[in-house]
Amino acid sequence: MEFTRRETLAIGAGAAALAVLPIRGMASVDEEIADFTGGAEVVEGGVTLTAPEIAENGNTVPISFDAPGAVAVRIIATGNPSPKVATVNFGPLAGNQSCALRIRLARTQDVLAIAKMADGSFKSAKVAVKVTIGGCGG
Amino acid sequence: MTRTRGTQTLAALAAACVLGAAAQAGEVDHPELVINGETRITVEAPAPDHLKDRLDTIYSGWVFRSKETQALEMDDFDNPAMVFVDKAWEVWNTPDGSEGKSCADCHGAVEESMKGVRAVYPKWNETAGEVRTLAQMVNECRTERMGADAWKYAGGQMAAIKALIGLQSRGMPVNVAIDGPARATWEKGRELYYTRTGQLELSCASWHEQNYDRMIRADHLSQGQINGFPVYRLKNAKLNTAHARFKGCVRDTRAETYKPGSPEFVTLELYVASRGNGLSVETPSVRN
Amino acid sequence: MASAVKPRVKVPKSAAAGDVITIKTLISHKMESGLRKDKQGNPIPRQIINRFTCDFNGQNVIDITLEPAISTNPYIQFSAKVPEAGEFVFKWFDDDGSVYEERKTIAVA
Repeated sequence: MEFTRRETLAIGAGAAALAVLPIRGMASVDEEIADFTGGAEVVEGGVTLTAPEIAENGNTVPISFDAPGAVAVRIIATGNPSPKVATVNFGPLAGNQSCALRIRLARTQDVLAIAKMADGSFKSAKVAVKVTIGGCGG
Repeated sequence: MTRTRGTQTLAALAAACVLGAAAQAGEVDHPELVINGETRITVEAPAPDHLKDRLDTIYSGWVFRSKETQALEMDDFDNPAMVFVDKAWEVWNTPDGSEGKSCADCHGAVEESMKGVRAVYPKWNETAGEVRTLAQMVNECRTERMGADAWKYAGGQMAAIKALIGLQSRGMPVNVAIDGPARATWEKGRELYYTRTGQLELSCASWHEQNYDRMIRADHLSQGQINGFPVYRLKNAKLNTAHARFKGCVRDTRAETYKPGSPEFVTLELYVASRGNGLSVETPSVRN
Repeated sequence: MASAVKPRVKVPKSAAAGDVITIKTLISHKMESGLRKDKQGNPIPRQIINRFTCDFNGQNVIDITLEPAISTNPYIQFSAKVPEAGEFVFKWFDDDGSVYEERKTIAVA
């Protein structure tokens, strides 16, 4: 999907507005976390989240995580108009609890990985990603 | 190394110059580019003779990208452009048009017949009596020999087939001819390269010769080499052709642009390609 | 859309029994977010791959729910345990109801 520069700016502006005025139908970051954890306590640590410090383009940002012992991991982009990114459920034949994806980030923000462990506890990691607009390419 | 800064450079560009670190010849730091652990790509080379009074060293745009973007090109599976190459592979072998012919019917296996082709295009065409681009050759095949419609010059289908054809030359040095009958076209392209356009009064050289390796806001300026085209851009998540890029560049100077496939852009493609003589063909590359 | 969708999967051809292998997948898809408007200002309806699964010999490896924040041409890399020779089945579920499927066999040396 292609964004013109104008659309990208519009999306950025929209995202900024949304940060102040939550729009009905789009769950907040806290709601997305609670939806996954059921309100349980989330302890920071025990999960490794890797993302670029500066993303050259917010349209395609490579991220990966490693959450040893997790049964599921939810990725949340805290600054996106809709913060949910993906929920990864590991099956019995998962080789480990790691996964790499490419994601869209509307602006500079924190990306969260919340891991549900086999014992029902929750762990998390957070990485700040600076997003630059556009670029000329080539 | 001679690097004269344009005297009319605009405030935006001037500010970027002050903020960015000035590049010295051969001093752009970069890792090595080896694709799939086997194909070594020349991303830095001595400038070709015709450019020696202006630049000492030429660099692929790859060296100016972040390590995450660079990594996407180091393994063909991680390179999203390859999904379009896969599609073009099917197109190569699929008949189209009233003659019921595919590319393969005349050219055979693309790996054999197209090896080295991308490295020498645009190229003087004796029959046509003019310099022809690869895209023009593809469309000539389609309309003259296949009885099919011409593809849009810088459209997705054309970009994909050019990526497939270009891939067969990957790792080979760019080596376009600028002498003999191609000389006049090349000189027109050179003139265009140094002509300031638009409300911003900027030429290709303002950015890519006088200010490469500097930051223009958040963007790390490259030398504007086209050895990696068609390029998959993270920005629009598709293959982009050199002519579409030229159009964007001219538009960014706030000028009316030439059209992809126009005679002007054909001359510019030859000239810009010649500035990369000695770099490896890197098609299909990945940029921001 | 369906005709333009093309999956790519990279799986080693063989492994030792019990090995953990890396799998890479990429599928060509617009991942239209539903948040954009066309030139006339009308919202462009959402159409994304909303789920990806990988199974091996009938047992699940990974099952991912994908949201519009996943980039165009979704790329997913993960690991799988290979207890025996067999077949991986990969499925991508489109909002329009289409399911794109790819299979890869692996030998155990």
